[in-house]
Amino acid sequence: MNLLHTLIARLPFEWAQFEFMRNALLAVIIVAPLFALIGTLVVNNRMAFFSDAIGHASLTGLGLGVILGLADPFWALVGFALVLGLGILALQRFTRSPMDTVISLSMCFSLALGVVLLSHGGSFSRFSSYLIGDLLSITPREIVRLLVMSVLVGGGLLLGYNRILLIGLNESLARSRGRSAWWPQVFFCATIALVVTMNLGWVGILIINSLLVLPAAAARNLAQDARQYVLLAVGLSLFCGVAGLIASFYANTATGATIVLVAMGCYAVTLGIKGWRARAG
Amino acid sequence: MEDHPHPHAGLAPHRCGECCTRIERLDVTLNRQPILTDITLHLHCGELTTLVGPNGAGKSMLLKAILGEVPHGGTIHFLPVAGHGREDAPVIGYLPQQLEFDRNSPVNVHDLFATAASRWPVALRYSRRTRRAALESLRYVEAEHLVDRRLGQLSGGELQRVLLALSLTPVPNLLLLDEPVSGIDVAGRELFYRTVSDLRRRLDLSILMVSHDLAGVTTVSDRIVFLNLRIVCLGRPADVIAHPELRRTFGLDIAPPEVGRA
Repeated sequence: MNLLHTLIARLPFEWAQFEFMRNALLAVIIVAPLFALIGTLVVNNRMAFFSDAIGHASLTGLGLGVILGLADPFWALVGFALVLGLGILALQRFTRSPMDTVISLSMCFSLALGVVLLSHGGSFSRFSSYLIGDLLSITPREIVRLLVMSVLVGGGLLLGYNRILLIGLNESLARSRGRSAWWPQVFFCATIALVVTMNLGWVGILIINSLLVLPAAAARNLAQDARQYVLLAVGLSLFCGVAGLIASFYANTATGATIVLVAMGCYAVTLGIKGWRARAG
Repeated sequence: MEDHPHPHAGLAPHRCGECCTRIERLDVTLNRQPILTDITLHLHCGELTTLVGPNGAGKSMLLKAILGEVPHGGTIHFLPVAGHGREDAPVIGYLPQQLEFDRNSPVNVHDLFATAASRWPVALRYSRRTRRAALESLRYVEAEHLVDRRLGQLSGGELQRVLLALSLTPVPNLLLLDEPVSGIDVAGRELFYRTVSDLRRRLDLSILMVSHDLAGVTTVSDRIVFLNLRIVCLGRPADVIAHPELRRTFGLDIAPPEVGRA
């Protein structure tokens, strides 16, 4: 950790002289590839609304953490998101209602409950930092936690990647190829819930989903096969993360939101390239 | 034909010993509505059996019951070929009804085979082994030239042939085809039927195919099953085509309009 800090501090840039910027850079480099990898599957399997709902609903996890009197609401957040994510999946399977309906009603219920819990005693504004997030306040201890969880989650996801991709292409086809289509989906939903909540503190509830979806959506505009898709998404995600972080330093703006704007720019460029390619034949 | 057609109707009697799949008194009920009742049907190696019937007759449901996707009563027994598959876990190839997917998906034909065949994330490494395996499967359906095409760039007929090749990897005990030619032009249909018919002999497959294309399947099938919640009749194509209920359902007997009479 110290060695990395010394190395980054050697860079001939003004921002590299600040410890909070060096911490933030490390966090971005750890998390961006994981977000991109999950994003490719989220986009492929049409789960963008699901991950969005998990992000918004974690407000309730926060409220539960406060009510239980936890000093660090992290585990309450993760726990609630897991329960909600698996709950949505189970409810959809049980009621056979359209997935977006189930997600929408679960999200509204959870948001309402969260607002009620957090506004109890009239102190909602205390939690507004979670809405936009604060990357620059990340501590070395949190970075280590992020690294350990990212490696575990990323490794698990790679093992299930093919299966989840196939389920996204066609569920019946996946099911006919042996084993279950249910458990990989459970695993994937749990992964999304985990990754979204463990990064909420620094990206913010309102925009975390765009970090998941945008790099993959941009990569999809250019990729010709599944491998290019993932590699491009990871590359774009790293680029947008680092560029957005540095831009936010000079522009003095919220980091998460700045990264999202850069990613949006990337998406627009790839869309342009795609259109140009289509015209060129 | 009587109410309970013999499961071997339309076959030479000596073939009874070669049963590969025995469906006995199968029924399916969904939301307390009977979807299928009392289905008894034996499928044999090297034989193409076609399921025909009106919409909502339960044709796709029968395939789903065989796949184990919907709970059912009765029994399904698989008699495996020596050294290939197990009685309780046969290898079933399945070609779903019109694979729907996003035409912008970056997944190509090779990725599809690699994804289905191996656990190693297709995203991480381009493996020569999975490519060779994909080409080998595509050779069954004469579609090797499609290996690098994105799924979204394939025509309906090309996609069905690629999916047929996928359902043959690994070579199954039983192959289920759910309306494989719907939405495909006539040339594509003929090519598809020729390929399936050829494969059944070459790989000694039992094939169960659902189809609406009555004219096309009579020439290619060994047996036809006319299904309408139960098996109405079952036998050689020529016999089944002559069945009055089938002719009524498919409108084969409509007389030309008579002119000049009050």
